[in-house]
Amino acid sequence: MKTQTVSFTLNGESVTATVPQSWNLLRTLRDHFELTGAKEGCGEGECGACTVVVDGDAVNSCLYPVMEAEGKTIVTIEGLEKTDGGLHPIQDAFLNNNGVQCGYCTSGMIMSAKALLDKNPAPSEDDIRTSISGNICRCTGYVQIVESIDNASKMMK
Amino acid sequence: MEDNTIIGKDIPRTDGRVKATGEAIYTDDIKLPGMLHGKLLRSPVAHARIVNIDVRKARALPGVKCIITGADTPKIKFGNWRLFPATQDEFPLAVDRVRFIGDEVAAVAAIDRETAREALELIKVEYEELPAVFDVDSATAKGAPVLHENSPSNISIDRKIQYGDIEKGFAESDYMHEDVFTVHAVSHAYLEPCSSVAQADIDGRITLWTSTQTPYIVQCLLAATLGLRENDVRVIKPYVGGGFGGKMELRPWEFCAAFMARKTGRPVKFTLTREEELACGRRRHAMKLHSKVGFKKDGTLVAKDLKILLDGGAYNSMGPTATFLCGNFGAMLYRYPNYRFFGQHVYTNKPPAGAMRGFGAPQSLFAAETQMNIAAKELGIDPIDIRIKNAMVTGDEIPDVATISSCGFIESLEEVAKMCDWKKKRKNLKNGKGLGVGCYSFISGGVFNWFNTQYPFSSAEIRAFADGTVHLLTMASDIGQGSDTALKQILAEELGLKMADIRLTAADTAMTPQADLGTWGSRVTLMAGNAVIDAARKIKEQLFGAVSAKFNLNVIFDMECRDGRVHAAGKPDRGMSFGDAVAFVQKTNRGEPLVARGSYTPRGKGLVSPAFSFGAQVAEVDVDKETGNVKVNKMWTAHDCGTVLNHMAVEGQLEGSIQMGLGYALSEQFVMDNGRTLNTTFLDYKMPHAMDMPPGESACIETYEPEGPMGAKEAGEGLASPTAPAIAEAVFHATGYRCKDLPITPEKILKGLGKLED
Repeated sequence: MKTQTVSFTLNGESVTATVPQSWNLLRTLRDHFELTGAKEGCGEGECGACTVVVDGDAVNSCLYPVMEAEGKTIVTIEGLEKTDGGLHPIQDAFLNNNGVQCGYCTSGMIMSAKALLDKNPAPSEDDIRTSISGNICRCTGYVQIVESIDNASKMMK
Repeated sequence: MEDNTIIGKDIPRTDGRVKATGEAIYTDDIKLPGMLHGKLLRSPVAHARIVNIDVRKARALPGVKCIITGADTPKIKFGNWRLFPATQDEFPLAVDRVRFIGDEVAAVAAIDRETAREALELIKVEYEELPAVFDVDSATAKGAPVLHENSPSNISIDRKIQYGDIEKGFAESDYMHEDVFTVHAVSHAYLEPCSSVAQADIDGRITLWTSTQTPYIVQCLLAATLGLRENDVRVIKPYVGGGFGGKMELRPWEFCAAFMARKTGRPVKFTLTREEELACGRRRHAMKLHSKVGFKKDGTLVAKDLKILLDGGAYNSMGPTATFLCGNFGAMLYRYPNYRFFGQHVYTNKPPAGAMRGFGAPQSLFAAETQMNIAAKELGIDPIDIRIKNAMVTGDEIPDVATISSCGFIESLEEVAKMCDWKKKRKNLKNGKGLGVGCYSFISGGVFNWFNTQYPFSSAEIRAFADGTVHLLTMASDIGQGSDTALKQILAEELGLKMADIRLTAADTAMTPQADLGTWGSRVTLMAGNAVIDAARKIKEQLFGAVSAKFNLNVIFDMECRDGRVHAAGKPDRGMSFGDAVAFVQKTNRGEPLVARGSYTPRGKGLVSPAFSFGAQVAEVDVDKETGNVKVNKMWTAHDCGTVLNHMAVEGQLEGSIQMGLGYALSEQFVMDNGRTLNTTFLDYKMPHAMDMPPGESACIETYEPEGPMGAKEAGEGLASPTAPAIAEAVFHATGYRCKDLPITPEKILKGLGKLED
């Protein structure tokens, strides 16, 4: 199996990994770095459970070739900056507004929300729904997720 | 219940934090030293005899550690209806015969996924194809190919319900209507694909981590198929990423992981791909329903005759239960003085249908509710008025089916009508807009013991500690619905403790008390909740005795656990802290820990369920008469789930149900071609996304269910049923097109309106 060495910033640290060329970013995060917060729900970029933030944009890491990560800044759910209570305000909001049920979509949802709120601190409901339109949740009907993100945006002001 | 400190409050779910931080471990996150990766070889043909399997080339591939076919296994069939062994019709790996595209034929374990996948391509299977059947009509026709020799008619099980006099009922009816409905199969589409990891001890005992709703059922059936004893298998349920009924059986990969772990001495993991899930996974039953109803002129229901053919796919799976339940749901909601049901479960050469949220109710109630809407229209009665006229009320009984011990159905209808301003809106909506109603009733767990468990239906163990905390052990399985949180709430309320005082260990068959039948049929809150209360009361008895002795309390005094203390009722100073009371009991018993076991098994509650929930839903739609596109503008729901234990959690269940109901009504379906599923990606299998969800309003009609824990009953599964009939009626109201064949697609609407030719 041909391998490739790639260096990038992962959750604030400079890292280097030598992994098979065929691996995508999700596989690298989960199997090489053992960061299992990002999930594989479909492996084809449709469900968003694997969402991480690359250079400020939410991306489906299951479709992202690992070579493309060279020199980039990547944040996963494990790398969200914490406040005093131990959670990022988006995580807090998901907890307090019942934005979490089975939890399999949660990491991806929160990372999509993070990319949105970093760019747009006061999003409309439509902005929020658009930002998670690539994230499938089969449990919640999205209502409490949208409320969570809205609530987070207010807490972060 | 104003006195409660925890019940009825918006308590955040206790697993929310680890899920929001990404720390929660799901099965596919587990990695063990030396672990092998498994892949399944599946049948590419719908029906065939296996002539030969040649694995030599695959076995020679470097990195391949184990390959098995049916011939290597003990060849023991399994199925959830253990009470009737003849219904157990599935081998873990095919033996001589495959019956659907996707049937598991062989398994490979290799050092990585890529090698396992490559090895699959090197296995040569020679099939001798057999004629196949793909729908219930051809499967039950004379001379149809037979799937299983012991079911020569392809009908694996049937159920009859009859009470009153159906012929007399129709003779007395002023108005009758007869319809044939067809409803389609849909996917659970839980976001976490199935995954299992097995490890063998040095003495061959198995530990299986698996994404399941039913650890105990998996434990028993895995042991049986491996030829082991139940206690030789330990099943642990990590966090589960949704199930909706699709993860409540033993699955071939659980068997293969365990079998190959024993064979290789190394842990083995299987994780399905989404393509496998959609192409071969369990699904909701497609059905053909033939229903005739009779009414008096004034709208009083007189009789109903319901015949259902369930398209079961190649194996029974949970089909027998669905058959059983369809007949019950057909008799629910309204008073049918004369009722007859005949359901047949039919084998076809397609992926097996199983249990899915609603378990027969979405199908049966689509027919029932559509016929109510048809009757209302033709009798000139308002659809909500005709429902109120016939609605079940508390105390109603259906022979062999149900005793209704609490019922807020009429209140739900009245409330939903008020919320949406029903009469005015229904009259005034014009220009392609329409309003429709659909209702549901659902079970709170099943009574009929098809699994033939020898244990209580639910159990709980509570260990109390001198530091003022307790440890709750239960085999109940939270798969995302939030039952761990609900059980902790019930326990905290009962013992007067805080949520943080409770440690929970759940769903590990070697550590938690025997047994629990798992998560299905909305059974956990009621059954496991009652088991928790039973155990908590035994703990309290001991604490009360000790505190009473210490304070020399009069024996006529009531006592209570409240705010972390145990004391005479209403007199907090005449008692001590919970922890001190535990220490005192322990001292009295010369060091014995304070532990209690509780259980619940429904008794004297008929064959179906100890309690029933009810609700009504209204949909407003906008139909584009040129394109046939349906936009749902708003949904209103009023429902009775007994005491609401946690409003925020109930709301989440409701909103999730609407999303699934919306997909069932409008967008989700399997596109099949001669037994092959063509849409095997989320791109082609259309579920509602965040942008597709209509706004909604809801109300809980609180009743007190005497059989439920603190008055609670089912919330969140029955709600999967009313959405499709409500939308179908709204579409009819908007356009005049009456859907009797789900899903409601633009094409069907345009054909119905004569704008598109067949």
